[in-house]
Amino acid sequence: MTKYMLIMRGTDEGQAQYEETDFSEVIAAMGRYNESMMDAGVLTAGEGLADASEGAVVDFSSDTPVVTDGPYGETKELFNGFWILDVASRAEAIEWAKRAPLSGPGTKLEVRRVHGEEDFPADDEWIQKEKEWRKQLGTE
Amino acid sequence: MAQAARDGVTGPAGVPDGGTPTAGGGARGTDGPDAARRAVEATWRIDAARIVGALARYTGDVALAEDVAQEALAEALVAWPRDGQPRDPTAWLLTTARRRAIDAFRRRAGRDERYAALGHDLGEGEAHAGAPPSDTVEPDLLWDPDRIEDDRLALIFTACHPVLSTEARVALTLRVVGGLTSDEIARAFLLPRTTVQARITRAKKTLAAARVPFEVPPAADRPERLGSVLTVVYLIFTEGSTASGGTDWIRADLAREAVRLARVLDRLVPGEPEVAGLLALLELTAARFPARTGPDGEPVLLADQDRRRWDVGAIRRGRAALARATAVGRGLGPYGLQAAIAEQHDVARSVDDTDWEQIVVLYEALGRVAPSPVVELNRAVAVSMASGPAAALEIVDDLAAREVLTGTYLLPSVRGELLSRLGRRDEARTELELAARLCGNDRERGVLEAKAAALGGSS
Repeated sequence: MTKYMLIMRGTDEGQAQYEETDFSEVIAAMGRYNESMMDAGVLTAGEGLADASEGAVVDFSSDTPVVTDGPYGETKELFNGFWILDVASRAEAIEWAKRAPLSGPGTKLEVRRVHGEEDFPADDEWIQKEKEWRKQLGTE
Repeated sequence: MAQAARDGVTGPAGVPDGGTPTAGGGARGTDGPDAARRAVEATWRIDAARIVGALARYTGDVALAEDVAQEALAEALVAWPRDGQPRDPTAWLLTTARRRAIDAFRRRAGRDERYAALGHDLGEGEAHAGAPPSDTVEPDLLWDPDRIEDDRLALIFTACHPVLSTEARVALTLRVVGGLTSDEIARAFLLPRTTVQARITRAKKTLAAARVPFEVPPAADRPERLGSVLTVVYLIFTEGSTASGGTDWIRADLAREAVRLARVLDRLVPGEPEVAGLLALLELTAARFPARTGPDGEPVLLADQDRRRWDVGAIRRGRAALARATAVGRGLGPYGLQAAIAEQHDVARSVDDTDWEQIVVLYEALGRVAPSPVVELNRAVAVSMASGPAAALEIVDDLAAREVLTGTYLLPSVRGELLSRLGRRDEARTELELAARLCGNDRERGVLEAKAAALGGSS
């Protein structure tokens, strides 16, 4: 099993169209989609994000972080929410993504693998340090 | 497959293996046999239980349902690279499988009138049975949303039916409920594929011979049948989490497959404390997997694990499931109690920080609802942490005197550990060496040998 994140992306235009849809229908469709992933035992986390205009961006381009209110630059690619799925393969993650009840110009789901244990060295500095401590403490 | 590619008429069907993805990701967005195989497998992974469940309800025959579903998968491998992936791949598979079922009924109809009637009912509205499935599927008479959950549940109960051997239950459950291919099951259990296929074939014959009805068992049989289902899921998990043979300490993918099955079951059977309890146990145990192996794949014992590596999401899910099991108010069963023990470890910052007294209490409760020498042995370990090795050794010596757990490495490994802590080095070494000889897992044996060696030569 591997974790994948489905990242919901949209545009202002797609967002506007989406907002014209009946909100209760949107909620119901999303609820059914989430439920189907719960029933299949694959959904482990997921959140929808509030409007980007409520947010802020912290920019690290210069020495000190610069904070601006609202979304980042042009709103061509808004990050609107995510799901984290525990699935057997990339193909399965894609198949789930295709079933999402989304529509509208520029609306996309990006499918990304979440780093697992295997991506990190098992003998990192802190683990080595801990082994040393154990030797010192006689708890090894 | 090559034939299929040459016959392609639309879109990118002629693109060689691994051809470039096309824009849109829509119905025609995938191409090549590899992409098709992955898409077929992904769909099967997601919807195997719904597909086989729906077919089994209509045919009344799980074996036939599984056969025709496999035929549909084989057809998809040819048709999808040729025609593009259908917009609704699950409906495509279901429609195709249904047609194969109708064909089968019509073949049998000459021999048995019962099948003729069924074949007629199923064929209702069909132009002719051999027609290729269309991309757009009308609301399917097989696809009754009100029945899907029942169908999946009936399928799980059937796959775990007591007439089947344990091995057959495991293989059939992974295949029709988990949506694994025979290859995947074979890899997970380190078996030849033919062995897995033979087990599934035999299982289907056994179900047919025993005339096992396709149904959710009646209330009277429910507890026992549910117990069998939970056992199958638990066995899949333990096989993956402490591989009984071979060189790998854990086969995490197999264990995670069991977690997924437990989640499915938890959704299908709400309000059963042991179902939520099993899910909690598996989540809370799997949460520690990331810290259970060292850089060279060797096992790392609980006391030595880097707890920062534990999966906090899994701990959260496990605790939530355990809270639901508790909230039912009928007390915890064996799985729930084991989950409660796992929870105590998972929330502790270190071995010293662990509430060992509480763990002793939980093992005592577990010993009452599910008495076993293994539980006693584990209680002894908890007692050694709560009250010291001397008190624990009494429990272990009692087990040894009763001559239980002979032939397994568990008792000598714990006894050796306790003797070592009591400074009785020679006895400790003898016990640990015995444990190493009895241990079937290479990795685990290495740990025991190292412990024995650390106690030095005879003095």
